[in-house]
Amino acid sequence: MRKVTVDGNEAAARVAFLTNEVISIYPITPASPMGELADAWAAQRQTNIFGAVPQVAEMQSEGGAAGAVHGALQAGALTTTFTASQGLLLMMPNMFKIAGELTSTVFHIAARTVATHALSIFGDHSDVMAVRSTGWGMLAASSVQEAQDMAMIAQMATLKARVPFLNFFDGFRTSHEVNKIALLEKEDVQALIDDDLVIAHRDRALNPDRPVLRGTAQNPDVFFQAREACNPFYQATPAIVSAAMNRLADRTGRQYRLFDYFGAADAERVIILMGSGVGAAKEAIAKLNDQGQRVGMVAIRLFRPFCTKSLIKALPASTRIIAALDRTKEPGATGEPLYQDVLTAVCEAWSETHKAAQPRVVGGRYGLSSKEFTPAMIAGLFDELKKDAPKNHFTIGINDDVSQTSLPWDDAFSTEREADTRALFYGLGSDGTVGATKNTVKIIGENTDLHAQGYFVYDSRKSGAVTVSHLRISREPIESSYLIDRANFVGCHQFNFLEKMDVLSFAEEGATFLLNSPYDAATVWDELPRDVQQVVISKRLRFYVVDALTVAREAKLGGRINTVMQTCFFALSKMLPQAEAIDQIKQAIKKTYAKAGETVLRRNYDAVDGALAALCEVSVPKEATSQHARSSALSDNSPDFVQRVTAMILAGHGDKLPVSALPVDGTFPTATAKWEKRSIAQEIPIWDAGICTSCGLCSVACPHAAIRMKAYPERILSSAPEGFRTRVYRGKEIEGQMSMTIQVAPDDCTGCGVCVDLCPARSKEVVKHKAINMQAKSEHLERERSNFDFFLSIPSAPRDKVKRDTVKGSQLFEPLFEYSGACAGCGETPYLKLLTQLFGDRMVVANATGCSSIYGGNLPTTPWTQNAEGRGPTWSNSLFEDNAEFGFGMRLAVDQQQALAQHIMQETLADDPLVAEIISAPQETEADIIAQRQRVEKLKSQLKGDQHAHLMAVADALVDRSVWIVGGDGWAYDIGFSGLDHVLASGRNINVIVLDTEVYSNTGGQASKATPRGAVAKFAASGKSTPKKDLGMIAMAYGNVYVAQIALGASPRQTIRAMLEAAAYPGPSLLIAYSTCIAHGIDMSTSQSHMQLAVKSGYWPIYRYVPQTAGMGQPFQLDCRKPTVSFKEFALQEARFSMLARSNPKEAERLFALAQQDINERWQFYSQLANVERAVVHD
Amino acid sequence: MSVDLSTEYLGLKLRSPLVAAASPLTGDLDGLRQIEEAGFGAAVMPSLFEEQIEAEEMLVAKLQDHGAESFVEASGFFPPLEDYNIGPQKYLELIEQAKKTLKIPIIPSLNGVSTGGWLWYAKRFQDAGADAIELNVYYLATDPGTSCDTVEQRYIDLVSSIRSVTSIPLAVKIGPQFSSLPNFAKRLREAGADGLVLFNRFMQPDIDLETLEVRPGLQLSTSSELLLPLRWIAILSGRVDLSLAATTGVHQRDDVLKLLLAGANVATMASALLRNGIDHGARVLTAVRTWLEENEYESVRQMQGSLSQRHSADPDSFERANYMRAITDFTAP
Repeated sequence: MRKVTVDGNEAAARVAFLTNEVISIYPITPASPMGELADAWAAQRQTNIFGAVPQVAEMQSEGGAAGAVHGALQAGALTTTFTASQGLLLMMPNMFKIAGELTSTVFHIAARTVATHALSIFGDHSDVMAVRSTGWGMLAASSVQEAQDMAMIAQMATLKARVPFLNFFDGFRTSHEVNKIALLEKEDVQALIDDDLVIAHRDRALNPDRPVLRGTAQNPDVFFQAREACNPFYQATPAIVSAAMNRLADRTGRQYRLFDYFGAADAERVIILMGSGVGAAKEAIAKLNDQGQRVGMVAIRLFRPFCTKSLIKALPASTRIIAALDRTKEPGATGEPLYQDVLTAVCEAWSETHKAAQPRVVGGRYGLSSKEFTPAMIAGLFDELKKDAPKNHFTIGINDDVSQTSLPWDDAFSTEREADTRALFYGLGSDGTVGATKNTVKIIGENTDLHAQGYFVYDSRKSGAVTVSHLRISREPIESSYLIDRANFVGCHQFNFLEKMDVLSFAEEGATFLLNSPYDAATVWDELPRDVQQVVISKRLRFYVVDALTVAREAKLGGRINTVMQTCFFALSKMLPQAEAIDQIKQAIKKTYAKAGETVLRRNYDAVDGALAALCEVSVPKEATSQHARSSALSDNSPDFVQRVTAMILAGHGDKLPVSALPVDGTFPTATAKWEKRSIAQEIPIWDAGICTSCGLCSVACPHAAIRMKAYPERILSSAPEGFRTRVYRGKEIEGQMSMTIQVAPDDCTGCGVCVDLCPARSKEVVKHKAINMQAKSEHLERERSNFDFFLSIPSAPRDKVKRDTVKGSQLFEPLFEYSGACAGCGETPYLKLLTQLFGDRMVVANATGCSSIYGGNLPTTPWTQNAEGRGPTWSNSLFEDNAEFGFGMRLAVDQQQALAQHIMQETLADDPLVAEIISAPQETEADIIAQRQRVEKLKSQLKGDQHAHLMAVADALVDRSVWIVGGDGWAYDIGFSGLDHVLASGRNINVIVLDTEVYSNTGGQASKATPRGAVAKFAASGKSTPKKDLGMIAMAYGNVYVAQIALGASPRQTIRAMLEAAAYPGPSLLIAYSTCIAHGIDMSTSQSHMQLAVKSGYWPIYRYVPQTAGMGQPFQLDCRKPTVSFKEFALQEARFSMLARSNPKEAERLFALAQQDINERWQFYSQLANVERAVVHD
Repeated sequence: MSVDLSTEYLGLKLRSPLVAAASPLTGDLDGLRQIEEAGFGAAVMPSLFEEQIEAEEMLVAKLQDHGAESFVEASGFFPPLEDYNIGPQKYLELIEQAKKTLKIPIIPSLNGVSTGGWLWYAKRFQDAGADAIELNVYYLATDPGTSCDTVEQRYIDLVSSIRSVTSIPLAVKIGPQFSSLPNFAKRLREAGADGLVLFNRFMQPDIDLETLEVRPGLQLSTSSELLLPLRWIAILSGRVDLSLAATTGVHQRDDVLKLLLAGANVATMASALLRNGIDHGARVLTAVRTWLEENEYESVRQMQGSLSQRHSADPDSFERANYMRAITDFTAP
């Protein structure tokens, strides 16, 4: 049987693809890759076992996907889908229907945490447990191999049993783990699927030639009986699953049982669990039994229908105590679901099978949100089970110092095999470390008898993200479903990591340490922080350096150091003879880049050869000599919470935080990104005051608020540090003679270069020299740090003294969105930053799940911040699909509070002239807002204790709040569209901004209905054939909705105007903001200037639709000129379009021509629209 | 009397001395078909640029790696595609198609300066059925530390590299700026070249006064530019064992005739075709034929080199005499 190295998603998706005819998909982490693979295979015209290419259709939501699945099943197609978490919950209504109609199907689930106090993309069973009432069979896979095998068993069983199945495996731990598995070939799958059952499925389809009625409504007289009619099917299912397992075993030799027992035949202490924890538990049990203990484990395969008898039979008669382990939490329940099932099973059936006394059953929780679950924890649990009164409803893996539920464990307990290679590679997302490690797993797994496992941990940043690759290589199969904490090889692929994190904490004594270093073996020692030197000495590490960057550059590979580091790993780990290793690496390179061509191969080969020549061992001195310690990533001035909690998370010690350290309800402080000094840029923009025209473009365009502009009276400069740059402010946006400074935040800049790209001012002497220029950070860091500190101390211009409707004016306001972890050059964040400059001090934000919720709200820090008065945007994320409604609710609450405050004032303080003033005061300009705040403060100072407690609680709402609903196109065009439509129809004063990247950016660029015709995206691998949905037109149809299409880099002035108009308009407003994105495949240093071409080509016409509330008028205003550039000229600058031109030139030609027609037609339509009169009808 | 227009170039027998030089017109099968129908002796395909090959290949690799594995939720940002159709692939397909459907020799062209992996495409050209290869060397020495010897050696190395992996004829297209062109031509021959194409026209960048940006520009040639290749072909003809092709400034009947007299094996035409269409070539050829008939030539070969420097009654005229005569003839107004 062929061995391949794949991850769990691919393992399951392959069986799904082979056995289905219709595949309905929607992206959600961590299940998205299954849909992506299915779409890509279909685009490549691969066939299923019936010889057909499955139809793969992306829907607008998981609810939609489930509906399409239901329909396709009813019409007789073998149909599947892939999902996780909230996606699965959205499928629930259809799942009840599909099961109720006894319909054969399998859904493949990368099980993921359901969002509660926080969203988590990681793995646990809260999603699958939430749907256990739907009547679906549930098969749990505990490894990559099983993700494939259970997919097969589920498909076999569902066709026979007619009960639909979930094949679930743990998100990330299994879905993203790469491991060596025995592949089920197409012939195997063919042999295991019974044709007559497939035909029977098709025979049950709706067919007008033999019509039936399904989906009736039933009354109390018969519903109940009809609901019970399915019982025999559920009763028969366990035996059917068991038979399917046996058939698989006959064909492959891999035998599974409904409940698999591992451990001592005479075990007294037994744990029961399912999913990836089984791997770690097996190892712990084997070791404990070797030590003479009598322990065991039941791994659940078939969780639903739950076969009580089979579970009891699987348990040894000697069992004295059972611990049921749930990877989910049900607050308020008598116990988690698995615990309750086990307890019930033991109570109901123990005595029917065993004569011995009924064992005690306890239950507990582990591994929520992919929390580590290690053999040491399992050993700790078994220790607890020895006790006379072991803890029930325990937790393991955390320190619960609040409810005292947690069990202790000893990290010294390890089951790692001495002879195995355990390597950790610390890399940057952009340096290819993860890809190279996956490659290594493939090289080892597919070309040797050895086994290999790869697992990858990322931090939550999109720019400068740190990745840690965990690689195990062994002569034995690897089931270790936990991270490596005893590495005998550590590769640090970025030298500066040594200054920021403890990369050697998991190195074992005598381990090999490979460092990518710009310093050679003779000089590197003196450059290391003292703590690193000490660890190298104390752990007696074998220390090697390679200047991978130089090798890569010499091979013309830019910063891609992966090949170099991979070669050095092979050379040092001696997994293979050197010549063979080199050959295998080159073969792997050839495989990876076969489509690219000779140049790429040759350059990579050069890097391989250069790597060995550049690899040197460092002679380690006996004593640490360095004078500098590792620097803290956190500013010393940070507040208490940041010091206690955020700092721990930043340092990678979040696992050590006890329950008491964390907020009980998911509420966190804002203004925390500023305390973290990531300092990831190599080059930063340096201002040349002499050339600057004070235009403010650099500041408005900066995605990270790392370039700022301030105007101030000259006297402030008296305390400026030496070298602080300043010039006379040119402009009329602020009164009086002013000086100004453009200042970089040197530790917060990502070095994206957007500011320099947009800067229009050039030197007369040297044209390439602009008013800001990227320069090596190392040469400027100290001075710019001091400059920036002083800059921050300069008061922002008074809001009521600045003209805010210009680019310059807006940039004199303080940004209250700063230093996000968004991609360098992100096209979204400048819009958010600008909104906070205009409205931030009174802004309430409802944020749809997506990129903006991740860079906005993923721990450890948030870019949403506060001004000197402590005011700033207040932010929340509910879900992906409900964001418009969520924000609408906020509006209702704000309005209600304002009305209540006014009502109480009028009732209780009617005589106070201040009341009338507050109620009637305009709140349009900044001066109005400031005046209103002063009135409200005055009012509050007059309120007395209990008498006005209610008024006191809502008085702040008397200052108008700016409610903003923020989300991406996946939300607005697809999953959240019906809610958005409803909210736009409400007539209420809400503001919506759609950050339109034209794909689901956060999950890796899947097509949405905002994706343009001709673009290649995931789920549209053949190029999207339909045009982009015109969301603006749909909204305009209401007549009373303010709509603007904006593109900041093309016209910042129009963007500012649209934002101000939208906020001022008392009804619903919709801003559709063109947001360049890494998923477009452009040079992100041009992310703002590129928008100019989008507008010039008519691809993204900018306009404003201003509802005419005062009578007839022309509401639609085009803010751009007739297109002067062809679509093709614009499109071919982006990889998403040019990829199609490469992969399928004819189709590209056709779609590009249609896209040009789209533009022409739309321009003609919009031009006519600009002359149409309309009026808003109102009372 | 029928005039024999055939000629020999790079050891290939051509039916006429007019060759379609590299231009967009020779970049697709339709264009090549029209060129054959117009009576051209051969066609040189547009250059496959080293920079372009490398950039395209690196771009595909970059696309493959674009954003890959850099963020926990995104394995990458583009689906894997089955075929990226990078430039060389399409190019090689065109050679194959042209060889299947056309009779005239097809000469693909490589443009570059380094001896990197891209040179392997020469071998691919041969495998795809190309009749010969034109190596177009575009190198501007901008570093004061680079000597002319280094530059010349670079050309020699390039030719040797290609020769080592191919066996089909090789023409080298060069610029005019060499201190001793005959010596350099001899060395190229020794390195394995079979012919010289004189001279390539470099892209001439311009400055945009509005944006203060440098804009690439390529002006079409005119007949007045003919004189430079004419002179050097006359000088080299019979002195080096190389086929000689003239390029730049070949627009009209007279241009072709002059070049043949000077010793060119072929005259290649691009700008005139871009300006007037491919049929222009047919018209020029007809005019050449008529002239030859009127002047009682039997064949092109008969006249080739008959007015080369070696065969000229006044060999000095191709050297300083031109200059002297220009001065002497000058009459002040």
